[in-house]
Amino acid sequence: MNPILYPAIERRVGEDPRVVARMGERRRQEVPREPLPAGERPAQPLPDPSDWTFDLIERYHKVIAETARRFGLDTYPNQLEIISSEQMMDAYSSVGMPVNYRHWSFGKAFLATERNYRRGHMGLAYEICINSNPCISYLMEENTTAMQALVIAHAAYGHNSFFKGNYLFRMWTDASSIIDYLVYARDYVARCEERHGYDAVEQLLDSCHALATVGVDRYRRPAKRSLARELAEREERRRYAQQQVNDLWRTLPTRSDKEGAPAEDERFPREPQENVLYFIEKNAPLLESWQREVVRIVRKIAQYFYPQRQTQVMNEGWATFWHYTLMNALYDEGYLTDGVMLEWLSSHTNVVYQPPIDHPAYNGINPYTLGFSMYRDIRRVCEAPTAEDKRWLPDLAGSPWLPALDYAMRNFKDESFIDQYLSPKLMRDLRLFAIHDDENEPTLTVGAIHDEEGYLELRQMLSRQYDVGVREPNIQVWNVNRRSDRCLTLRHVRYRNHPLADDTREVLKHVARLWGFPVRLESVDADGNGEVVLEVPAPDAA
Amino acid sequence: MAVQIIDRRLSGRNKSVGNRERFMRRYKAQIAEAARRAVSSRGIRDIEQSESVSIPRKDISEPTFHHGRGGVRDTVYTGNKDYVRGDTIERPQGGAGGRGSQASNQGEGEDDFTFTLSKEEFMELFFDDLELPRLMRTHVGDHRQWKTRRAGFSTDGTPHNLAVVRTMRQALGRRIALAKRPGRELAEMEAALAALVAKGEDDGDAAHALRQQIKVLRERLQHMPYIDPIDLRFRAHTRVPVPITRAAMFCVMDVSGSMDEARKELAKRFFILLYLFLTRHYEKIDIIFIRHHTQASEVDENTFFHATESGGTVVSSALELLARIIAARYPAGEWNLYVAQASDGDNFPGDSDDCSRLLAETILPQLRYFAYVQVAEEEQNLWQAYTALQAQFDNFAMRKVGAPNEIYPVFRELFRKEGVET
Repeated sequence: MNPILYPAIERRVGEDPRVVARMGERRRQEVPREPLPAGERPAQPLPDPSDWTFDLIERYHKVIAETARRFGLDTYPNQLEIISSEQMMDAYSSVGMPVNYRHWSFGKAFLATERNYRRGHMGLAYEICINSNPCISYLMEENTTAMQALVIAHAAYGHNSFFKGNYLFRMWTDASSIIDYLVYARDYVARCEERHGYDAVEQLLDSCHALATVGVDRYRRPAKRSLARELAEREERRRYAQQQVNDLWRTLPTRSDKEGAPAEDERFPREPQENVLYFIEKNAPLLESWQREVVRIVRKIAQYFYPQRQTQVMNEGWATFWHYTLMNALYDEGYLTDGVMLEWLSSHTNVVYQPPIDHPAYNGINPYTLGFSMYRDIRRVCEAPTAEDKRWLPDLAGSPWLPALDYAMRNFKDESFIDQYLSPKLMRDLRLFAIHDDENEPTLTVGAIHDEEGYLELRQMLSRQYDVGVREPNIQVWNVNRRSDRCLTLRHVRYRNHPLADDTREVLKHVARLWGFPVRLESVDADGNGEVVLEVPAPDAA
Repeated sequence: MAVQIIDRRLSGRNKSVGNRERFMRRYKAQIAEAARRAVSSRGIRDIEQSESVSIPRKDISEPTFHHGRGGVRDTVYTGNKDYVRGDTIERPQGGAGGRGSQASNQGEGEDDFTFTLSKEEFMELFFDDLELPRLMRTHVGDHRQWKTRRAGFSTDGTPHNLAVVRTMRQALGRRIALAKRPGRELAEMEAALAALVAKGEDDGDAAHALRQQIKVLRERLQHMPYIDPIDLRFRAHTRVPVPITRAAMFCVMDVSGSMDEARKELAKRFFILLYLFLTRHYEKIDIIFIRHHTQASEVDENTFFHATESGGTVVSSALELLARIIAARYPAGEWNLYVAQASDGDNFPGDSDDCSRLLAETILPQLRYFAYVQVAEEEQNLWQAYTALQAQFDNFAMRKVGAPNEIYPVFRELFRKEGVET
């Protein structure tokens, strides 16, 4: 499942749209050391007709909520929304957001989704869960009663508690402003389309989308803004933006004898800048103010999604672990019939199935499998640690499992989560092994495997595999030639000599369209040697 | 914990319509091309269907910065069976493996991007090409068959249409109205007479006069007719037009050597348009395909459009066949007959006069409409012969068509003659 389908949106609190969610609401609730005792056994299990009714959903939700409370899951209030498959596809194609600006690429995504779905190539996700307060979970009307129960456990309690607890979501998701911002973005883009024509806006958005992955600040958190402030600041930005680019236009030579005059060979910007879109927004000489604003909108939304990409394994694993645990607990307490049990188990098994490497369906490591197994494994290490576990995970072994899991969910992202918690037993169970692929060697080599000498190495490699900074090319703004053709130079630092893909030139054309002057990309290895250069000319004045 | 369950199924449908429109706009050229290809490969009857359209994936990709193949990689996989550290593996050909789950997301597959145009969107593109105004697509022309329908009551009619109840009601009303005043006067006079009798003036003049008047009044009331001709009401009927629900459409095309694929294509557009026009009018439409070179034959659609023939051209052969078919299978009283003829205007010298005679004497009087399109520029003998016909017959139209968008004027002609009086 696509990680960006779990956008973290926090809605306004209660009825009053002006009241901003306070951080206090995210205060963690005490996690019990072990599950609280169950109530009385019901006289008979909940009915399980295949067609759901609102009443049944409510009843299932009630027992799931009660069980989740016993396990100490801390969630936002839930809002379950029944939607049709078509609406699910709508949600899919507009990156899961309830509102967004219009762009053909979303239409394309919709068509692709629709086609796959209609042909039966792909089941739709059973649910989409939006991080908001209250937390909105979409249930598809096609689901059976058992599936609705599973989805409630998975989304409304699994994802929901992850959204509320994980530090990345707490740090990066802007409670009060994201919906406002998206509404603002949609309206602004629509107005631009009216004023400047579809084509101009579409081309600009295409170019911005091409750069969205390099349009994020990786370390600095942007300040929160409300809609009103956003509007006020836009006006201000409009006025100052043109002044800011004047540095590039300065043609009068500064007197070299003057104190503080920049040295001839000093680069602009002085430090390389990782956020290419931000640099363009602030410094591209030819952009009009509305274009700068659109660049900013794309950049802001990309920034908003950035933390989502870093917790896929953890988030899906957590939700899967909890639907598994909750549904089992319900069965043990006599709420579920055997039929419901078999149905959700069959679906669960499909979700966590990991095809082996030589299987035609193999498509990398299934994040559901990995995440689910890791949380299960943490629980195992807590409850029944072996000698090996005590050696590898000394802090974890034998501690109460609920607080341990809670801690693991709150304080990590995929990369650090794997680095911290992947146990030798799980590596053996999943039969992990690494393949070393050096393009200069004629053959591939098997590196570490799941044995004593390979555990540590495997864990590090797998952790790196989930590091967004490694997965994506490291491209920064390096220099602008202020003396002659205003050529913008980007620098790609190759990680272990990974080259850029073949369509990089296409992306550079988009950069040139935004920049308005020639663009070159230097690709160097980690030591700054082996330079490879791609250049594209300035776009035509037309 | 409180939960809110909201049924959203009825709200916010088609949220991505705007996005879809933008997509269609962007790829309009490719989509229109695909639609054009579909038109040429489809049967005339199947024209109003959805269509799936493919766009090469490279045209539609959204490039981003990402890694290509190469460099040094250590990738972790699952499902080790018998590898141990240090094993070497042949590099897989065709580049399988390698990138793991990322590979599938980058959309580098060779497949085209395929999606389905809805019926409406497809027709939109079809009509776009023809520059056909929207009004024309739904307009219903005039009719020749009539049906009578009840239309209230009237004061005249034939006895078998007499509306008895309505007539009796009229009569009762009339009688009440007419008897009211004489009745009241009668009562007054009788009261006066009774007063006179009570006073003992029984034989006086006044009493006498009163008795006389009372007698007259009584007679008048007695002579009031129980039913009168002005009471009569008849069920009224009116004639309303009904369409003949059947139509026969004859497609006549020259398949001689001079008709190349492009010209046939143009002719097909024309036939399709006529067919669509007729489907708006009639429930049942028979299409008869007649092709001719020096001889005419009735064929199926596929042969009609795709089989290649060569040779000379004798147009009258087709018209003779047409007349025979009409006489045998499609009597003009029961069918609405339409003929669409497409030709490049070339005809055997001397045959054109036969054609116009045949048309004028036998065929045109039976037809609703005869449309002739010439898919070539030169005015040859057939064109000249037909020009003379055009002046004589209202239901005859002819045009030269060089491109799809010129087909429409022929239909404008058609509609005007069929009387769009709006």
